[in-house]
Amino acid sequence: MVSITIDGKNFEVDEDNNLLQECLSHAMDLPYFCWHPSMGSVGSCRQCAVIEYADDNDEKGRLVMACMTSPREGGRYSLKGARKFRAQAIESIMINHPHDCPVCEEGGECHLQDMTVMSGHAYRRYDGKKKTHNNQYLGPFINHEMNRCITCYRCVRYYKDYAGGTDFSVQASHDNTYFGRWQEGAYESEFSGNLVEVCPTGVFTDKPFAKNYVRKWDLQTSPSVCTGCGVGCNTNPGERYGTLRRIVNRFNDEVNGYFLCDKGRFGAGYVNSEQRIPVSMTRDSHEADPVQIEPDAAKQALKDAAKGAIGIASPRASMEANFALRELVGEDSFYAGISAKELGMLNSIIDIYQNRPVNIANIKDIENSDAVLILGEDITNTAARMALAVRQSVKNLGRQMGADLNFPNWHDAAIRTLAMDRKSPLYILSPHATRLDDVAKSVHISSAAQSARIGLAIAHAIDNSAPAVKGLSKEEQSLVDEIAGTLKGAKQALIISGTSSMEPALLEAAANVATALNDGDSKANLALAVPESNSLGLALMMQGNEKALEQAMSSGSKKAIVLENDLYRRAASADVDTFIDGLEQLAVLDSLKNRTGEQANLVLAAATFAESSGTFVNYEGRAQHYYSTFKAVDSIRSSVSWLSDKSLNELNAECAAALPHCAELTHLTPGEGYNFAGLKAPRQPHRYSGRTAMRANINVHEPKQEQDENGVMVYSMEGVPAIKDASVFNSPWAPGWNSNQSVFKFQEFAGGPLKQGNQGKRLLENNVKDKPWYEPEIAGDSDNGFKVFPIYHLFGSEELSAFTPAIQEKATSAYIALNPADAEKLGLHSTDGVQVEHNGAVPFILRNSIAAGTVGVAVGLSGLNFRNIPGSIALDKAEDWQSPDNWKAANIIVSDRSAESGKGSAS
Amino acid sequence: MFKAIGKQIKIIWSQIVTLWLVFLHLFKKADTVEYPDVQPYMFPRWRGRIVLTRDPDGEERCVACNLCAVACPVDCIALQKTEDENGRWYPEFFRINFSRCIMCGFCEEACPTHAIQLTPDFEMAEYVRQDMVWEKEHMLINGTGKYHDYNFYRVAGKAIGGKGKGEARNELPPVDRRSLLP
Repeated sequence: MVSITIDGKNFEVDEDNNLLQECLSHAMDLPYFCWHPSMGSVGSCRQCAVIEYADDNDEKGRLVMACMTSPREGGRYSLKGARKFRAQAIESIMINHPHDCPVCEEGGECHLQDMTVMSGHAYRRYDGKKKTHNNQYLGPFINHEMNRCITCYRCVRYYKDYAGGTDFSVQASHDNTYFGRWQEGAYESEFSGNLVEVCPTGVFTDKPFAKNYVRKWDLQTSPSVCTGCGVGCNTNPGERYGTLRRIVNRFNDEVNGYFLCDKGRFGAGYVNSEQRIPVSMTRDSHEADPVQIEPDAAKQALKDAAKGAIGIASPRASMEANFALRELVGEDSFYAGISAKELGMLNSIIDIYQNRPVNIANIKDIENSDAVLILGEDITNTAARMALAVRQSVKNLGRQMGADLNFPNWHDAAIRTLAMDRKSPLYILSPHATRLDDVAKSVHISSAAQSARIGLAIAHAIDNSAPAVKGLSKEEQSLVDEIAGTLKGAKQALIISGTSSMEPALLEAAANVATALNDGDSKANLALAVPESNSLGLALMMQGNEKALEQAMSSGSKKAIVLENDLYRRAASADVDTFIDGLEQLAVLDSLKNRTGEQANLVLAAATFAESSGTFVNYEGRAQHYYSTFKAVDSIRSSVSWLSDKSLNELNAECAAALPHCAELTHLTPGEGYNFAGLKAPRQPHRYSGRTAMRANINVHEPKQEQDENGVMVYSMEGVPAIKDASVFNSPWAPGWNSNQSVFKFQEFAGGPLKQGNQGKRLLENNVKDKPWYEPEIAGDSDNGFKVFPIYHLFGSEELSAFTPAIQEKATSAYIALNPADAEKLGLHSTDGVQVEHNGAVPFILRNSIAAGTVGVAVGLSGLNFRNIPGSIALDKAEDWQSPDNWKAANIIVSDRSAESGKGSAS
Repeated sequence: MFKAIGKQIKIIWSQIVTLWLVFLHLFKKADTVEYPDVQPYMFPRWRGRIVLTRDPDGEERCVACNLCAVACPVDCIALQKTEDENGRWYPEFFRINFSRCIMCGFCEEACPTHAIQLTPDFEMAEYVRQDMVWEKEHMLINGTGKYHDYNFYRVAGKAIGGKGKGEARNELPPVDRRSLLP
């Protein structure tokens, strides 16, 4: 800490931060554009100018950019002195800015609007001609309106330097700078959506939102959690006129920070899907036509059906909903709606987190690691936010090099120039090339089982007491030694693995490596990705109760209740058919139409995350509460209120008391009695418009305010926005700061954690001192046919987001990926299809990185059903082949695509 | 007792005077206007019934920017933006609940395109309150209202049908992004 003087006032500031950050942290309104807490400073926009005085006698001072200045002990600065300069700077920035605000999607939450007003520039004096630009088509997610650009360079710094994208850059020169792709087309990066929030003005805007646009002040929002994968990023969905309009990032220092992946941001459109189940339906037999049933009668029918029924839970339903089902059917009849293998893997993750001396890594821990080993998990597609964090971790070498030379951490351009292409080590073991390969030190192509073996060998190389592995090739052994040496030498090593490969030994190998790295005081970071938003929560609920979907299907019960779960995505179709045919009564609660629901006798229209509240447990065992954004129509109710008569809070408390490790569940929200000066937290901003007209076409008499299920937030603009509790931290706003940049007003210091702490509570922790080892038995790879490994797609593989139109545009139908030599052996030409044994006929692509004799099968996409990945399959050329309509080869973005496969099959 | 009699006389005298004055008024010009047969003169800037106007090209002026709605102190304006195939913004619906409207004119002041304007018409009474809810088709007129020349899209940078990039007033042609010349 150093003490400085700003405009005659004394401040204690942190010398590691830049002056701009400290001014903002001390509640001074200093305008800026190019600085971003996650991306550091480059000093390009000249907007944060202040006067720095040499000493006490200096009266003139000199102009410096606050974002490029380290505060020095006894330094004297003035914000007021440079006010005129800042006004001139913004006036010149605004010379070419179009007269677009009324028709701009950024208007009302525009950082440029805020900064212009703040600098005092109100009238345009320039009456010359304005520069213009042509726009580009940038895919289904982002609109481009280049005229609005103020050349702050934040977009390229984010897209290229931060997110590692390669297909976007700055072009032309001088006055003509242009930010775009080399030619029109969809962004390749999985994180392009953050440009919407990174751009301080309206050059990049949310395309699906723009189609159905309303201003920020008209959105009813709530603190929510993403349902896209197991990372549990905090989101802020916005609703108007009964439809979900958009998702923006909600800051959580330990989880998503400032950024989301594109599935999280654009994948929630399924809430408005035409495939939604609008009303509850019933029928007497499987053959009869379903008839509509009133909500109260439907609830009674469900109660009747519950007698003697088994309950099949879901990894995408909240803790409270799953628990309500368990209460309804009884613990003995309660089954996890996932395969035994998946449940086993989730249980082993819980075991590792609890009984191994490892540090459970959150996203921030991942960013701060300086040596990373990824064991057989394609995190870009299964836990995308993790991949963005790994991209930051490889920059730690550069930061360290900078620190050694006394460069401040925020000095982005200097550190990048210093580091050049030197990066912290990242090792990837995977059956195919991944999107992170460009920042990896080495990529080793090996099957999941072989990766597990190599992982175990690395653990053994680090710590002799770990079980040894025999039969590695010379090349693999040298890789093992290299990785072991690197991880050992690292300050903070990180091991990443996950469940997507369905190889339990991988998790145990990862645990062994992390255990081996424990040297008493420091623990290695370990992050194990899980498939769905509440996978780990479901496993916590199933502790000591090994009842998976297979047991449910062979239980012989004649009645079943399925909670938010499409069984056809979890098991082979034939097995599910047999199970359902054997049932007399099948009740399904779901929000979207699917194959399981089509066969039910009773379908209850369930609410999505946007219309209900609950708790999800993410991959690190962090329980996070999400609040409903809006009330659905009366016929659609939350699963909790279908399954139980108890309130959400009662169920939450009972769930916390009944389940091991879950005591913290009751502390996630401030509780029913929450109020600030007698008021609850509002969902609507204080400028919310149209309240007396939006429903006036239905009835001019305004209805009573909707009541909330938790008693914490209200569906109203009346109330006090979250002051005390991070879980109620809604859309940020501060006077003069209408854009998302205002989040710094709620942080301990600009760019730091929220003053109210971080949302969510960790349910799992370990205090283990000794080093127990796993000794998994790894089955040898079979020699018959092609060895199979799964390929996931960020867009399309996940069940719910696949109903979103924008995601569908980026997704493709199922396919297989082959080595070119194998394709030649099979006699395949690029326009041919491949008949997959016991499965459908699908198109194929050629990838050079895939080892001969192995085949990658796309999972979760339409055309193939691979819930249980077999060891090997036979492939054949398909007869009478025609590629499906939704086959879009161009959407498969991989670096190792063999040139030949692109020709005929691309749509 | 004399006092009481004097008071009574005063009262009677007052009534006689009143009657006389009323009688005199029979021969004066009436102040009352025979409304509605005689219409009063309304000043052009009187704040009465709200209309939505069209630009000089005959297109809807409203771009659905929502500024009127947020300026409205009684929150009686609700609208939804949509756009045509060429990217021109316009309201999908535009609703004013006139039973709430206080004719303050803030919406007109807030409007960046001169679309919403208050007119001198004040005759808006209805027997049923529901009929005070007006939609776009009730408010949109075939004219420019008080401001004849302004055409927002001719000065905005956004391209719409019939106006490409660089074709608005005071604009240079689009830059060539493939050239490095200054």
